[in-house]
Amino acid sequence: MALDQSFVGRTYPPTAPYEVGREKIREFAEAVGESNPVYTDPEAAKEFGHPDVIAPPTFVFSITFRDAGQVVRDPQLGLDYSRVVHGDQKFAYSRPVRAGDRLTVTSTIEAVKSMAGNDILDIRGEVHDEAGEHVVTAWTKLVARAAEEA
Amino acid sequence: MTAKIAYDDVEVGTELPAQTFPVTRESLVRYAGASGDFNPIHWNEKFAKEVGLPDVIAHGMFTMAEAIRVVTDWTGDPGAIVEYGVRFTKPVVVPNDDSGAEIEVGAKVAAKLDDNTVRVDLTARSAGQKVLGMSRAIVRLA
Repeated sequence: MALDQSFVGRTYPPTAPYEVGREKIREFAEAVGESNPVYTDPEAAKEFGHPDVIAPPTFVFSITFRDAGQVVRDPQLGLDYSRVVHGDQKFAYSRPVRAGDRLTVTSTIEAVKSMAGNDILDIRGEVHDEAGEHVVTAWTKLVARAAEEA
Repeated sequence: MTAKIAYDDVEVGTELPAQTFPVTRESLVRYAGASGDFNPIHWNEKFAKEVGLPDVIAHGMFTMAEAIRVVTDWTGDPGAIVEYGVRFTKPVVVPNDDSGAEIEVGAKVAAKLDDNTVRVDLTARSAGQKVLGMSRAIVRLA
């Protein structure tokens, strides 16, 4: 069943702040095999002009995805989450995420489409720091595959 | 933000050093914990097969995180990444053995842009198949 087009443009309330911790960044960097000291050593980060350790470029997805979840699971939208796959992902950074950041995410549904029975949802997550400055925008395309004919 | 590579030293077509990244079941469990994405298709073979997958598959975001290492290792400063986007075209299937799977990543400078930035186009393959499409990063060089 095609999704409701009236959801396009809908913006959800901003999340409570997520505090980015040095040890969480270290854990993430280790999980993706990153050994660059800029992720773990504040002195190494400072040599590149960063005030503290920074997070790998895709780290912020763990925060934006959690917020996109409230969109995807909005019962009024009616997406079949069990059939959802990740189609595209893009980030545009004003600056890297760093330890000590308190980040909020504001999610907006940019597009709702149906193609060949698949439901396609584009969600934009705007990530701001405690001072209200833009840090990164994450665009997530989710595809709910068509259910097989019974 | 200071990249090790100077804008003036690169040309369209400049290749970045290619890299191959191993992916084992252990990698996926670690990534699930670190990222908070516990979808069972990334660690539970029985579940993955029930939903029609050939086996457990890597998180697309794991593959995306590995691929950009070719760029961040080149620039030195991961903070030099201005934009990064990918399309997930095929899953990386990760068998339950000692070797797991491999993700082979190549990259080259595709365009020189304003403000000392370049567009780097990435390729990522696993088991002979392209696993990322439209994979591009905008990077600010020194």
